[in-house]
Amino acid sequence: MALLEIRNLHARVANKEILRGIDITVEEGEVHAIMGPNGSGKTTLAQVLAGRPNYEVLSGQVLFDGKNLLTMKPEDRAREGIFMAFQYPVEIPGVGNAYFLKAAVNAVRKYRGQPELDAMEFLSLIEGKMKLLGLDESYMKRGLNEGFSGGEKKRNEIFQMAVLEPRLAVLDETDSGLDIDALRVVANGVNNMRSKERGMLVITHYSRLLHYIVPDVVHVLAGGRMVKSGGKELAEELEKTGYAGLGIEEGATAPAPTPVGR
Amino acid sequence: MAVTVSLTDPYLATFDAFVKATGDSEPPWVRKLRTTALDHFQKTGFPTLKDEDWKHTNVAPIVRAPFAFDPLAEAPRIPGDLIEAYTFGVLKCSQLVFVNGHFAPKLSYLRWLPEGVRVGSLHEILHFDPRALEPELGTVATVERHPFAALNTAFLQDGAFIHIPRGRVVEEPIHVLYVSVSQEPAAVSYPRNLVVLEDESQATLIESYVGLDKGPYFTNAVTEVRVGSAANLDHYKMQRESEASVHVSNTAVVQGRGSTVTSSSFNLGGGTVRNDIRTLFREEGGSLALTGLYLLHDAQHCDNHTFIDHMKPNCTSVETFKGILDARSRGIFYGRILVRKDAQKTNARQTNKNLLLSQEAFADSTPGLEILADDVKANHGSTVGQLDENAIFYLRSRGIDEDAARTLLTYAFASEVINQVKVASMRIKLDQLVLSRLPGSEVIREAL
Repeated sequence: MALLEIRNLHARVANKEILRGIDITVEEGEVHAIMGPNGSGKTTLAQVLAGRPNYEVLSGQVLFDGKNLLTMKPEDRAREGIFMAFQYPVEIPGVGNAYFLKAAVNAVRKYRGQPELDAMEFLSLIEGKMKLLGLDESYMKRGLNEGFSGGEKKRNEIFQMAVLEPRLAVLDETDSGLDIDALRVVANGVNNMRSKERGMLVITHYSRLLHYIVPDVVHVLAGGRMVKSGGKELAEELEKTGYAGLGIEEGATAPAPTPVGR
Repeated sequence: MAVTVSLTDPYLATFDAFVKATGDSEPPWVRKLRTTALDHFQKTGFPTLKDEDWKHTNVAPIVRAPFAFDPLAEAPRIPGDLIEAYTFGVLKCSQLVFVNGHFAPKLSYLRWLPEGVRVGSLHEILHFDPRALEPELGTVATVERHPFAALNTAFLQDGAFIHIPRGRVVEEPIHVLYVSVSQEPAAVSYPRNLVVLEDESQATLIESYVGLDKGPYFTNAVTEVRVGSAANLDHYKMQRESEASVHVSNTAVVQGRGSTVTSSSFNLGGGTVRNDIRTLFREEGGSLALTGLYLLHDAQHCDNHTFIDHMKPNCTSVETFKGILDARSRGIFYGRILVRKDAQKTNARQTNKNLLLSQEAFADSTPGLEILADDVKANHGSTVGQLDENAIFYLRSRGIDEDAARTLLTYAFASEVINQVKVASMRIKLDQLVLSRLPGSEVIREAL
């Protein structure tokens, strides 16, 4: 059984059909890249997988570990093992990073019938992972993403992923807004997470990220449809020819989703 | 021609009985203070919804069925364990308790206080040492155009008198706790606090107003505070009245040169609540942090009117009021900051944010700056909104269920104000009180 199976997925946002037939199968241990120009539906696909309200699935199927994902609440998807790294992580002043993450970890553990972690156990869980992502202790006391730079927010997303250890990670334009050093840190964090049991969907506009996170499969999306799939060499081809080389016009059909932020 | 009975008549009639009851035991200046205040009340009468300042708060219930006032009534005796829930546990503080407006010495205690510091019942001092009050009482809380402050002044009986002499530092908070027990017929009390910090002194004052049962009553409180030069006051007000009660308060503060005041009010109780807070920078270089939180549910109504008067240069005021409104509750904020012509180099910030948790809740926010000086930094802003759906989704996408996510965000909204409370045990209490009002808070409390 595949880890993730997306079959002929159609979805709309605000009465506009954005996904118009997506088919992807991710096996355990595989990293799939999803590329495409602005407005091709990449972020919409990520949001639909995470269960964002107002993203309406019109037809098709998504099976996660053989279970129907589309009827699950967002929190249950997370507890089942889906993690989406947001393109625009939300700032929530007043909710501490440590506090939030502990609540999340324990919500997931509770769902899986595992004992909840106390403060000490939680600390020993996160210590090494903080180091990996270059986050110091002061970070844990700050408000969730409050006043974080773009790079810090993305590092925080990957850090959360490292702590929550999902079965499927969906990285939505994790490279956007990162300088080369931050990109390396983030990519290193992601690569550390690669394992035989874990699948990843890496969504990106540029092939730059894929030099660091080398995918097994590359899909190209345009106008809400899959136009091409191939190996990692497809990303290299795109880098040379651009999307135009595949006959795709930039920014054609779907509007960019509203940024998530306050 | 029909004879109309004025709505103020029952209160005026009570005054005559009150004056008779007190007899000649009061010094003439106190009597004069009362009659002058009553004259003002008579002139203005009760406000109506037509008054701009009162357009959201209907005082008709107070007016139509006057609350009884018996100056000779004794306070009901209540055992100490009944008020335990309203004190601050292990907090080392002096505590004055008043029951239905009367000082309760058995429930009160003073800890060690620096030499010359006076903390006690206003009623007792009025009888035994009125001269200590004469230069101060009624000088900060003006009664003109404030009918409820006028009524309070006409009928004032008891409350806290706190006097910190020059240079004295009182480290431990002074907690003034007003508890009300409802009676038949429903009664009014007129708590009156007089707080004087002489130059370079320092104190922390906590005022609490709580209802011990769910019955109706009316609290009409006045707190007047004079803060001397380079003095430092932390002031907190915790309002947890019965939800069948009416709570009207006037807080008036005058600040001297280079003084620092923080004042935070937390409105969790009361049926109909109206708070007027007026502060005045009478000399240069003062700073004020004025914050407020109103957390309302059911049909609670809370109206906060604040007025910050920048009369002199080089003063800073930062004002933050936040409202969390559920069910059919109504939260009103009206904030006026006046920067007078002489008040150059003023720095004034004002924010009011309201969070609506239900479709039926109502918030009205009127921030306002009136700037007559030309070298001033000032800004204000207000928002009325719901929880951010993006933030809710973000939390849910990490495995936190929807109720807990909403509660977490609501709590976070309130925590900006709560976190400014310097008294740790009060901060913890506020956390608990706020969380206990929100659904699904068990999850959050565990993680805290």
